[in-house]
Amino acid sequence: MELTHFQDAVASALLGQGPSAEVPWLAALEAQPGFAVYRNTALKGCIDALQANYPTVCQLVGPEWFRASALVYVRAHPPHDGLLVNYGAGFSAFLRDFEPAAGLPYLPPVAALDRSWTECHLAADAPALDRSWLARQDAATLALLRLKPHPAARWAWCEEHPAYGLWQCHRDGLEIPDSLACSGDGGLLTRPGAVVTWQPLARSGAVFLDACAGGLLLEAAASCAMAAEPATDFAALVGALLDAGALAEALPFHPTLESP
Amino acid sequence: MTQHPLTAGLGLKPQHYDEALHCAAPGLWWEVHPENYLADGGPRLAWLEAIRARHPVSLHGVSLSLAADAPPDAAHLARLTALARRVEPVLVSEHLAWSAWRGQYLPDLLPFPRSHAALRRIADNIARTQHALQRPIAIENPTHYVHIDGHEWAETDFLAELVRRTGCGLLLDINNVYISANNLGFGAQDYLNDFPLHAVAEIHLAGHHADPSHGNSLLIDSHDQPVARPVWELYQGVIERIGPVPTLIERDDNLPDFAELLGERNRAHHTITNVIALQTGEPTWS
Repeated sequence: MELTHFQDAVASALLGQGPSAEVPWLAALEAQPGFAVYRNTALKGCIDALQANYPTVCQLVGPEWFRASALVYVRAHPPHDGLLVNYGAGFSAFLRDFEPAAGLPYLPPVAALDRSWTECHLAADAPALDRSWLARQDAATLALLRLKPHPAARWAWCEEHPAYGLWQCHRDGLEIPDSLACSGDGGLLTRPGAVVTWQPLARSGAVFLDACAGGLLLEAAASCAMAAEPATDFAALVGALLDAGALAEALPFHPTLESP
Repeated sequence: MTQHPLTAGLGLKPQHYDEALHCAAPGLWWEVHPENYLADGGPRLAWLEAIRARHPVSLHGVSLSLAADAPPDAAHLARLTALARRVEPVLVSEHLAWSAWRGQYLPDLLPFPRSHAALRRIADNIARTQHALQRPIAIENPTHYVHIDGHEWAETDFLAELVRRTGCGLLLDINNVYISANNLGFGAQDYLNDFPLHAVAEIHLAGHHADPSHGNSLLIDSHDQPVARPVWELYQGVIERIGPVPTLIERDDNLPDFAELLGERNRAHHTITNVIALQTGEPTWS
């Protein structure tokens, strides 16, 4: 038998994707007690990885519900490679359309924060800008700089649910306060030292970081932030982002790169 | 960095990081799955580099999928090569198995019919890997759970032929031999007698357990128990025949505390140092 043919058949049998009964040799292989060891190991490896990468979602719904939904996800979206620490990028989007999760609308944004943690954890190293960098800047040219978010910085703003508050309470092992009930919120994850840290982020902060990531000049990015939340203390916002290590680099204004 | 030759090593576990970093047992080395460290940056890499600054490290891959009927994924091979440059591992190994197929990864080490065509494909995949890494790798004998039709080669001959064609080394997992012999009904010692022991660059020892439904007729390579007595006996015989070879105690689940794991590791260390003493006539140095 050709190796390709063997691997096509066994891969689909392990993921429960193919009608093995129509292939006699495969049906015979699957009938051996040992075949279940492969199937269990492969699926358990994927589900364990997803559970490890989405600990807050798992805490919210319980391991039994989590693993049942993970099995549906794994069969539809198996890993692409052996980097299981990075598996499950699409899990938040999957939960948004997953019928049994329809009554838990805060689950997808919480999953997105778990994913942000993974991305922050694995991202490239880079020096971060700090307040002393800011103090050295010329006020006249500061507005024309482009600030680049740090490669490990991740941020989220959720309009409908206090997803960050919920996520943070679970991550920090805190009681969920009554005041968390109805408003949206945001969070910032950075890696200023050896480990991932998190803090609340105002809507203007998320808008500002989006604008910086989109390549806007500091002046324009600040305008976006102020438009989103006119009461923002912009100097305090930038100070907090610098303290968190959320900004990596300042690129000078270059006229030839600007559109007319 | 230790000045002793490599004797027995342990799989590096995050739970034991501080103890692993500071442990000064002579001959100790640490093995990791490179897949857990293929990050762009951050604490995982920093952690591995801190260990590497004090101890020899071995990279034991699980996802290169050398027995797939396709070349190894170029992106994965490039990342592995970059990590190997960074860590300068003392050993690099992979499995005689497949796990990635048509863009999907199945986290297991899957069997295949050992055909002539499979031999050509796998030899080519090993050669590509060694070319990328610019060093030989060691190939591990897999654990078997099912009988497969279509083998044209005995596994021991297949491995010997891979060595001959590619210059690779072998990683002899004695627990895998014991389990496979039990599950498929052959003699573990017979297999070891046929094994190309001259090419063994590393040995793995691990624990197993019986399948909850099928009992001892189906042993599972679970790495969640201490090494079983018959596996230690087979190991003793192999070491007496081939002399000192770096030996790893694998433990991935149901982790005991570090002292217990180190104790099990020390048993392999003493097996190796005893055979060195017999060969050289010197008293053991620890």
